[in-house]
Amino acid sequence: MQHLSILPILLPLFTGALLLLPPLSGTLYRQRVVTLLSSVLQVLAAVLLVIQIQNDGIHQYILGGWQPPFGIVLVADPLSTVMVALTTFLALGALCYATGNHDRGGKYFYPLFMFQVMGINGAFLTGDVFNLFVFFEVLLIASYALLVHGGGKQRTQATVHYVILNLVGSSIFLFGLGIMYGTLGTLNIADMAQKVPELTGSMAILAKIGALLLLVVFGLKSAMLPLHFWLPKTYSSASAPVAAIFAVMTKVGIYSILRIHNVVFGDEAGELANVAQSWIWPLALMTIAIGTVGALASPSLKILNANLVILSAGSLLVCAALQNEAATSAAVYYMVHSTLVAGGLFLLADLISNQRGKAEDRFVMAKSMDNPVFLALCFAVGAVAVIGMPPLSGFIGKVMILQATQSAAEQVWVWPILLLSSLGALIALSRAGTTLFWRGAPSKQNDEKQVIHIGEWIGVVMLLAASPLLALFAGPMSEIANSAATFLHDPSLSVDALLTSPLVNGGH
Amino acid sequence: MEGVYAFCVGVMTACGIFLTLRGRTFPVVVGLTLLSYAVNLFLFASGRLKLEAAAVLGMSDSYGDPLPQALVLTAIVIGFAMTAFAVILAMRARADLGNDHVDGRIPKTPVEQRQKSGGQR
Repeated sequence: MQHLSILPILLPLFTGALLLLPPLSGTLYRQRVVTLLSSVLQVLAAVLLVIQIQNDGIHQYILGGWQPPFGIVLVADPLSTVMVALTTFLALGALCYATGNHDRGGKYFYPLFMFQVMGINGAFLTGDVFNLFVFFEVLLIASYALLVHGGGKQRTQATVHYVILNLVGSSIFLFGLGIMYGTLGTLNIADMAQKVPELTGSMAILAKIGALLLLVVFGLKSAMLPLHFWLPKTYSSASAPVAAIFAVMTKVGIYSILRIHNVVFGDEAGELANVAQSWIWPLALMTIAIGTVGALASPSLKILNANLVILSAGSLLVCAALQNEAATSAAVYYMVHSTLVAGGLFLLADLISNQRGKAEDRFVMAKSMDNPVFLALCFAVGAVAVIGMPPLSGFIGKVMILQATQSAAEQVWVWPILLLSSLGALIALSRAGTTLFWRGAPSKQNDEKQVIHIGEWIGVVMLLAASPLLALFAGPMSEIANSAATFLHDPSLSVDALLTSPLVNGGH
Repeated sequence: MEGVYAFCVGVMTACGIFLTLRGRTFPVVVGLTLLSYAVNLFLFASGRLKLEAAAVLGMSDSYGDPLPQALVLTAIVIGFAMTAFAVILAMRARADLGNDHVDGRIPKTPVEQRQKSGGQR
């Protein structure tokens, strides 16, 4: 199936467009059915793509039939396909949850959601940096509109900050791209990786500035320390399905850092080898610290989740800073785990918030919930996974990160900070759970019972069940992660193969 | 030519950054617009500035690089759309929050702060 690698972009694009046309645009019911169907198809396509890439190796989809590095290419390699599969699965969970009447807050929820998925998939699959920018903009403009979905003062205010910050980020991205094109004469990622080692003198200094400008942009997306202040407010004010899909957006930034700063400006980059690592190191460790402090200080469950997202972003940045194959492999595994669990916890926070009356998700005494057993079980699974306690996937992910540290100096920095952050998360989450589930006043008889909608139920269970499944199938999953890391760190596979291969197909 | 060009891009970026740091949404939107103009000029210059160089092979001795022009075109379109969205959002924020400050509340002037603390004493 040579066209499989473009399907994760085309499917949501056409679904989103179709949803705006008459037979579907009229009723919410039809929109739900079509979106869910399309989402299931996307998951299938993404899984098929992962299997195909694992069996046959890297696939380059050449749009327009121009010989690379000219023209536009999509690159489906193990890393990008795993990320696409992760995105589509997360989207399916969030959409299931949205069918429980969370889609009534504003028009065009489903089309926007599809465009958001398209942007994220495109950012993962694209093979050149300018299209990375274009897909960033696609996913951003959809996220701007999704963030105000549901309305309300707090959301509007959070959106203003988010939009302005990201517009400035886009400008910096373009400055970085301009410098890259000016010095390298190409924007194809594989071609850039080949040309960077040849730079010397003033050109190398210019390219370094460009690389660090790109780091600022990706740092903004992935919530690296001084650029993370927007995240807690944005994520905690978004509606639940939107917050869940946002969980993968910080990972887009980390994926881009892995692609650009670990491959193009990696070990083989001559004068510019590992130019960003000395910056990522301290910032990543401080991101973990600030995420832990934030988690301990959080007044409500949604803000706590948002701070845990920062914590996981910090852990992933440490992997990017370690810059070796084992670390990248750990990053892939941890990325899949932390995205799904964070998404599930955002959905769960909304369910809990709906059942506690006026107290919502704040850590205060409130009326007890109507479905305490189900919610508490889900919370326990999510909490154990996100803290990184055995037996769930967070534990395996963290062990992989700890094992990836090689020199004693790395171990001295990474081990204590990562383990203390787990302790911090454990304290924050056990405090949260105690208040939410054990300190409830009995509900009055005349209150109407809150029922969990079947869609909500499926969404939450799907995303949180991923954690035990990831632990159960840790073998195959870490094999995929290893192959992704091997591909990324072997230039003959991830760079040369893309440029020397003859024009295999004119995919159009 | 290069000097004047670089100076213009630099001044525009500086003005853009200054305006985006202001407290009200209108100057911020103008600042974002200036920034995107500066970015467009900068991208255009990444293909090197040349005179009398056609972007088509065989039409002149030296030829201009067509790719930055394509990139600038894309950047202009995206910049327009984003600016339009920022304007609409600013108007909605003005309606929802009752003022046009980026933080959604009117900051107290030093005089007011002094009066408040004086009243408590």
